[in-house]
Amino acid sequence: MKQTATTKTSYHIPVGPIHPALKEPVFFEFEIEGERIVDVDVKLGHVHRGIEWASRKRNPIQILYLAERICGICSFCHPAAFTLAVETAADIQAPERAEYLRVIQGEIERITSHVLWAGVAAHEIGFDTVLFLTWQMREKLMDLTEYLCGNRVTKGIMTIGGIRRDITEDMIPKITDTLNYLKDNFEKLRKIFLDDKTIRMRSQGVGILTKENALKLCAVGPTTRASGVKKDVRVDTSYFAYGDLDIDFITPDVLTNEVNGDVYDRIIQRLLEVKQSIGLIEQCLDTMPSGDIVVEPKIPKLLNQLKKVNGEGVGRHEAPRGEVIHYVKFDGENESPYTWKVRAPTYNNILPWIPMLKGEQIADIPIIAASTDPCMSCTNRVAIADGSKKYEMQKEELHRLSIEKTRRLMK
Amino acid sequence: MKFSMLPQVFAQMFKKPFTNKFPAKYTPPSTTKFLEAVGAGKAKLIPPIETPEGFRGKIQFDKDKCIGCNLCIKVCPSGAIESKPEEKKIKIYLARCTFCSQCNDVCPVNCLSMSNEFLLADADKYSKDLIVE
Repeated sequence: MKQTATTKTSYHIPVGPIHPALKEPVFFEFEIEGERIVDVDVKLGHVHRGIEWASRKRNPIQILYLAERICGICSFCHPAAFTLAVETAADIQAPERAEYLRVIQGEIERITSHVLWAGVAAHEIGFDTVLFLTWQMREKLMDLTEYLCGNRVTKGIMTIGGIRRDITEDMIPKITDTLNYLKDNFEKLRKIFLDDKTIRMRSQGVGILTKENALKLCAVGPTTRASGVKKDVRVDTSYFAYGDLDIDFITPDVLTNEVNGDVYDRIIQRLLEVKQSIGLIEQCLDTMPSGDIVVEPKIPKLLNQLKKVNGEGVGRHEAPRGEVIHYVKFDGENESPYTWKVRAPTYNNILPWIPMLKGEQIADIPIIAASTDPCMSCTNRVAIADGSKKYEMQKEELHRLSIEKTRRLMK
Repeated sequence: MKFSMLPQVFAQMFKKPFTNKFPAKYTPPSTTKFLEAVGAGKAKLIPPIETPEGFRGKIQFDKDKCIGCNLCIKVCPSGAIESKPEEKKIKIYLARCTFCSQCNDVCPVNCLSMSNEFLLADADKYSKDLIVE
């Protein structure tokens, strides 16, 4: 009797776009050999919402609130980067006090995001007790956000040429109370994350991103800094008031004297950044100058000024996940911008998933995917639809279209 | 330490839960019936946590002050405000409102303000509670 030979040794496992292990829609195709991941393919584009197109009908003040809705967690970063871009294009300089207030808002958002991430990371490895502890901490920060901005999630604090709400003397005790509460609980959280056996077993030596790969794949934010690359927009370009503050690059070797680039390092990195952010807010509260908070309080006048602008601007801001870039171009005739382009940090942190995931086990997928703090809704900017057939275009397809166009033009 | 979370867990056993049990300690089988019972005085509602000063809730509109300049329509990011040209007044659809309070900032006569009211859920988006005029 002839034996049927089984030659196939690897299997393809699709995960997503809608999957209980993933918080947001992204499609993975894994090639698996036994329990090991041999190859990974990542596909995006499931939550494209056409936000950039929607901006074509709106004036810059309206776009601020549209930008806020790109991401719920980064609801300060996107308007901040957009404002920086518009201010560059229109040559507007915000008052000094506003620059300090912007730093405070940005850092509060960073702490909120990193604390949330710490909870999600613990949840992904099945340590739900820590999830509840971190979200309890986060609740205090949400209350502070509500107190300073008027709402918990959509802050609505940024405006072109300044900031919408001031921090008065009587507001400072509440901020310092929250910061002290955070410092106390931060020590607890640090002990749990850095000393607990469960977390160390699951995260040490898992999902390694080497410094070479981080540089080659242009990773940004805590993901790249955890691999030892010193890249931080706050230090590199010193926008807002960061130039006046005592701030330096943070890499995990500050604490452990070595950089491995694994999930454990990314946990350390984010915890260290929380501590740095608390320090930055305290510095701002101490050294904040008095004065105006907005350069042009009359909004119709500001809009008229922006309508005449003919030029372009780029705004870069260090969001909790990394560098966010907004590009704006005005044509000088219309009130709405000619172009608005957003590049969210997760876009750069997608490709590093591939070297991180290769060689790991299936069970490590959630924690490795979560370790870059991905935000899919921010990232999805391009989707090409043609009738109902094609959803996206492959390279060959584009090449064929290009040749066709050349031939058409030559006729 | 092997299980560094344990002391925290034991301490939590003797503490009150952090969550505010709104609207009742246990989720009622029917919220509408529960609210009816609250209205009749049979059940007790656990109040929501108080909002801080400067909270952006439901818009309040002072109709007599409004001069019909339509600047709020120009800055509203979601197009929630409609002009009533014959009366020279405005009409706000709260179902579309994003609660950014940009219209409050731009209003030259300060006829718009934000209240503390935030329980605005309704089955009908054109219901009387969700239209301010």
